[in-house]
Amino acid sequence: MKIVACIKRVPTTEAQVKVAADQKSLDTAGLSWMTSFYDEIAVEEAIRTKEKHGGDVTVLTLGPAEASKDVREFMARGADAGVILKDDQWHARDVRSSARILCARIQKSGAEIAFFGKLATDRDNGGVGPMIATWLGWACVSDVVALEIAGTQGTAKRETEQGIETVSFSLPAVITCQKGLNEPRRANLKGIMAVKQKPIPEEAFEDVPNQQQVQKVEPPPARKPGRIVGEGAAAVPALIQALRNEAGVV
Amino acid sequence: MPNIVVFVEQLSGKPSRASLECIGAARSCGGTVTAIVAGAGADAAAAELGRFGAAKAVVLTGGEASPDALAADLAAIAKEQGAKAFLAAATSAGRDLAPRVAALLDSTLFSDCTALSAQGDAFTAVRPWLAGKAIATLGSSAPVFCATTRPNVFAASEAGGKAELTTRAAQSGGKAKVTGIAAKAIGKLDVKEAPVVVSGGRGMKGPENFGILEDLAAAFGNAATGASRAVVDAGWRPHSEQVGQTGKTVAPQLYIAVGISGAIQHLAGMRTSKVIVAINKDAEAPIFKVADYGIVGDALEVVPALAKAVRELKAKG
Repeated sequence: MKIVACIKRVPTTEAQVKVAADQKSLDTAGLSWMTSFYDEIAVEEAIRTKEKHGGDVTVLTLGPAEASKDVREFMARGADAGVILKDDQWHARDVRSSARILCARIQKSGAEIAFFGKLATDRDNGGVGPMIATWLGWACVSDVVALEIAGTQGTAKRETEQGIETVSFSLPAVITCQKGLNEPRRANLKGIMAVKQKPIPEEAFEDVPNQQQVQKVEPPPARKPGRIVGEGAAAVPALIQALRNEAGVV
Repeated sequence: MPNIVVFVEQLSGKPSRASLECIGAARSCGGTVTAIVAGAGADAAAAELGRFGAAKAVVLTGGEASPDALAADLAAIAKEQGAKAFLAAATSAGRDLAPRVAALLDSTLFSDCTALSAQGDAFTAVRPWLAGKAIATLGSSAPVFCATTRPNVFAASEAGGKAELTTRAAQSGGKAKVTGIAAKAIGKLDVKEAPVVVSGGRGMKGPENFGILEDLAAAFGNAATGASRAVVDAGWRPHSEQVGQTGKTVAPQLYIAVGISGAIQHLAGMRTSKVIVAINKDAEAPIFKVADYGIVGDALEVVPALAKAVRELKAKG
């Protein structure tokens, strides 16, 4: 089975981000980067799918040359190949633009299943996977916390506000991965050594213009200063007073 | 007035609050709303939508609980209506459907918006980036403006009248089908939708102590329990309760952070809550910097006292 896992390079979750001087983007100077949290789960599920059903895993990213470090890490964990659609503006693309570009490459790959994180933790849209599935005419299950594949049939469990939904589907399919689906493995030394010299091709792609125009980027509004109402259980009446009379929320 | 198609979620004939807020968001853009409802009980839910501002309500009958088939119906209706926008609530169903509908309309997607506006047919969205570490104002040149609206942010307005009701046979032939749901305990609210959220962190000292947070949530009656990443990673609480950048972003009326120090990624997920209360034994904890009201003290001592006080207050009415 041909398997693709898509990853995105994003600022680390610990990063404190600053708005750039143009007030239309983020200041990337000095930012530390990582593979989006959920994408790591997607790669792990892709590798596990290969281990169970055979085939090969390609890690695909739309991003800068520096993403080769992330791609190589996942190859050391068990992915067979990596492809970088080289793009220094990857973080400035809207959902459709990113999805169209990745869609064309996934189609070309002959994949039968493509794994994505449930969203990338920079723009938080969560649209790329389901959009690609729609264009390809594939099944799609989002926010997946459990997955089983047998032949060309799959069953996935997805997390919703009402509880855990069971969804059945046939391949080809897009799966977007939620925390809890698996625990990503670490690369071992043997894996790291094995992929040290492996090429990770950088490919060009046909550009897709944005339909989204950034008008303004701001820091979140500052909260007005709060106060300590007291210490221990003895402070509870003062808290209730404040919540009722000042804040009007109880 | 642009035509706006809104997907309305319903459970046993009751439209969801998040969907009514979404209609409110569409109305605030000056839109004429066509609401679409599907599933068992859709008739009863549709009958309520005029009151909340929908001009038309379409009930999809039959259907096979397939998200791709439903998305195809939604996109077809949006095209027939000449809709300038498609909106859904940013819930798990809405966030799953909206990108599919957007793809069928060859339009980009604006997820989890916290403000929307329109000048004629030109829509503008405000939405958080990096779970709220930055706020972006975005214009759209998409053929159809497709967006999801964050629950608890927009007002549902009960000013409307009567919606024109129609029915339509749902498409079949979906590629994925929902075959079942293991429903949560009745009355258990999701952390994303609840007006009050009571969250616990490491300061709860162990999973066995979360009973007092559940009891505090029960005292409020309209509260959900949440958790910090640390306690979810430790296996004390399920991921469905996690608040923060790799969990859920919430904006309740009241957020009570108990024994949570306030890591950047947690603050990003809850800082737009209307009122924040922090209970922490460390007076220097960063959570106090975003809190409106703080109590310095041991969670295990303060929380039961707070639950008791809330019950007394509710009893008085």
